Amino acid sequence: MLTTNPQLTPDKKLRHLLTTEGLPKAIIENILDAADQFVSVGDRDVKKVPLLRGKSVFNLFFENSTRTRTTFEIAAKRLSADVINLNIGASSTTKGESLVDTIDNLIAMDADMFVVRHSQSGAAHLIAKHVNQVRPNVAVINAGDGRHAHPTQGLLDMYTIRHYKKSFHNLSVAIVGDILHSRVARSSIHALTTLGCPDVRVIGPKTLIPTECERMGVSVHHDMKRGIEGCDVVMMLRLQNERMEGPLLPSAQEFFKSYGLTAEKLARAKPDAIVMHPGPMNRGVEIESTIADGRQAVILPQVTFGIAVRMAVMTMVSGNASGGTTRAEAA
Amino acid sequence: MKLEVRNGRLVDPATGQSPGRDECADVFIEDDKIVGVGAAPAGFVADKVIDAAGKIVAPGLVDLSARLREPGYEHKATLESELMAASAGGVTSLVCPPDTEPVLDEPGLVEMLKRRGWTLNQARIYPLGALTAGLKGEKLSEMVELTEAGCIGFFQADRPIIDTNVLYRAMQYAATYGYTIWLRPEDAHLARGGIAHDGEVASRLGLAGIPASAETVAIATITTLMRDTGAKVHLARLSSAAGVALVRQAKAAGLALTADVGIHHLLLTDRDIGYFDSQYRFSPPLRSPSDRDALSAGVIDGTIDAICSDHTPTDDDEKNVPFGEATPGASGLEMLLPLTLKWAEQASVALPKALAKITSSPADVLRKSQGRFTVGAPADLCIFDPRAFWAVTRETLVSQGKNTPYLAREMQGRVIHTICAGRVVYSA
Repeated sequence: MLTTNPQLTPDKKLRHLLTTEGLPKAIIENILDAADQFVSVGDRDVKKVPLLRGKSVFNLFFENSTRTRTTFEIAAKRLSADVINLNIGASSTTKGESLVDTIDNLIAMDADMFVVRHSQSGAAHLIAKHVNQVRPNVAVINAGDGRHAHPTQGLLDMYTIRHYKKSFHNLSVAIVGDILHSRVARSSIHALTTLGCPDVRVIGPKTLIPTECERMGVSVHHDMKRGIEGCDVVMMLRLQNERMEGPLLPSAQEFFKSYGLTAEKLARAKPDAIVMHPGPMNRGVEIESTIADGRQAVILPQVTFGIAVRMAVMTMVSGNASGGTTRAEAA
Repeated sequence: MKLEVRNGRLVDPATGQSPGRDECADVFIEDDKIVGVGAAPAGFVADKVIDAAGKIVAPGLVDLSARLREPGYEHKATLESELMAASAGGVTSLVCPPDTEPVLDEPGLVEMLKRRGWTLNQARIYPLGALTAGLKGEKLSEMVELTEAGCIGFFQADRPIIDTNVLYRAMQYAATYGYTIWLRPEDAHLARGGIAHDGEVASRLGLAGIPASAETVAIATITTLMRDTGAKVHLARLSSAAGVALVRQAKAAGLALTADVGIHHLLLTDRDIGYFDSQYRFSPPLRSPSDRDALSAGVIDGTIDAICSDHTPTDDDEKNVPFGEATPGASGLEMLLPLTLKWAEQASVALPKALAKITSSPADVLRKSQGRFTVGAPADLCIFDPRAFWAVTRETLVSQGKNTPYLAREMQGRVIHTICAGRVVYSA
């Protein structure tokens, strides 16, 4: 049964960040605007602001990730928060302690914020729902749940696009590769459609496109050369090793032949098109090295912007969790 | 013991002209049988009278699937708690699937279950034996011995047979003795890893999908093998429009096929999952609105013979986890009647016809004489107030399983008395 959006407070402020789906446009724009302020923090000698001083941020990774965890850690530390990293293999929960029990224990340690990654779609929603019942001042940020969502990645992609293209209103964006298993694709699609991007295309073989994908407001293409035609933004997705051969694809080589980004294919996009990738890249599988390192690639700026976007999100949910106005919003 | 149920509105879906008898009539019971309907037999003097004025007097409900969780899962529910729940829901006959721990593949286990049920003096229990030893899909169970111990058929529960040769031989063997095989039509490979209907909602939520073809491929296999073996089959828990269409064709072709649907699949869809609400995780999964509508049409036109509760009590710990890790299923014995009434109202189905789907029609599937008001029939009755509302809460539910999408919701239609084999087993 549909209930109220669990990531918003009753007065529609960002309480947790769980997904970009259903997030009001104004909130997304607020986050991107706040991130603008934080980008410069990285250029200072002392890369710190005191917005989260005294707060404990728990990085709760039930699924391994070095990169995302590190960027959240940096973001929290630049906000002067105390960061506790917990790498909990998904197996430890199946061995005994339930997810909810784990959360209760960490709440008892006076956590203020959870940054959660989990292999199950909906895990962050479950944690947020539980937190709302037992400790309403704790905030939850989804750092990736199964195939469902990776909202900070989606938002940093929006930040990057806005940085280079200024506006979303006349853009054509192509998202290429394994859409089926990609939480990044879902989060970017919802953010793009919310921000008014009129032309979002997904490109991939039928085995890697979700059923009824068009209902998310995108057009589906199987021929990459045609799909990429005239695009302003090309977002490549990572192909997980375990999908490279089996029932979904015959081989990484064959995938590259049809869906790898090469200079020849990129030439079909607009000359000033930017090339994005959430990382880590498989060179020669999703993307040719010369493109990954080429002038159109904005893959490393994405990483830098990611820290600023995560700082903005953390500041916003932290302020709303304790019931006050955030400084990010005030700014 | 002589019992008279007086002044009630008697609805007998199986008697008289379609859609059945619906009139004010008294029922006269002696011991465990109905001895008179409308007029008392000569010399009948009641020891006890139940005044059913303003109530509906229907046959006791026959539920084709209720998990009682014994043996093996007593932490989720016990025979005591679930048989009490059955009585509170007006259910007087129930079929229990063999997916207990240990699996019901030994005559001794079946005898023990029947005996335990008998001593509790509530609903009649009809166990389904495991079709294959340990439900492993490899070796046939001892069907003759299990039948002698009290099994009414053989079921593979939620563990589809992968090896079609084993399925073929199981059907051949069962056909030797005229036994009915129960199968939940699901192709194990197509359903592998899936947790929700493969459609818009699963795509959006990032849940691995189970395509409707998992059901149709299985039905096509089963009906093909039925033609070869002459086996009688009951298809449990249809979920898709395409599945209903295949069953309709098979029945039209004269195959000895019956089918049921879980009540939740007539009312809910994958849209109801909302923000990963694990109370809406079912096996088979809730599908799209058009699938739900096709299931409803299938019940109305008789393609689907019966509506069952598919009662699956479980504890909070198994639902308070991410959607994909949650145990599928819902508690349902106490909601079967009110939800069937709700479906009937939504689908504009006359009351006797709707009640037939939870009384006489499932009894026909079992080839039992319950579910009708005829002299000599078992005295199993459900007396309910169709206008009374009740709230579904942890406290009002008798079942140990509080797992239901309808928690904190109101139900219309409340059981007032349940009579099983002439004994009043429940009074509100």
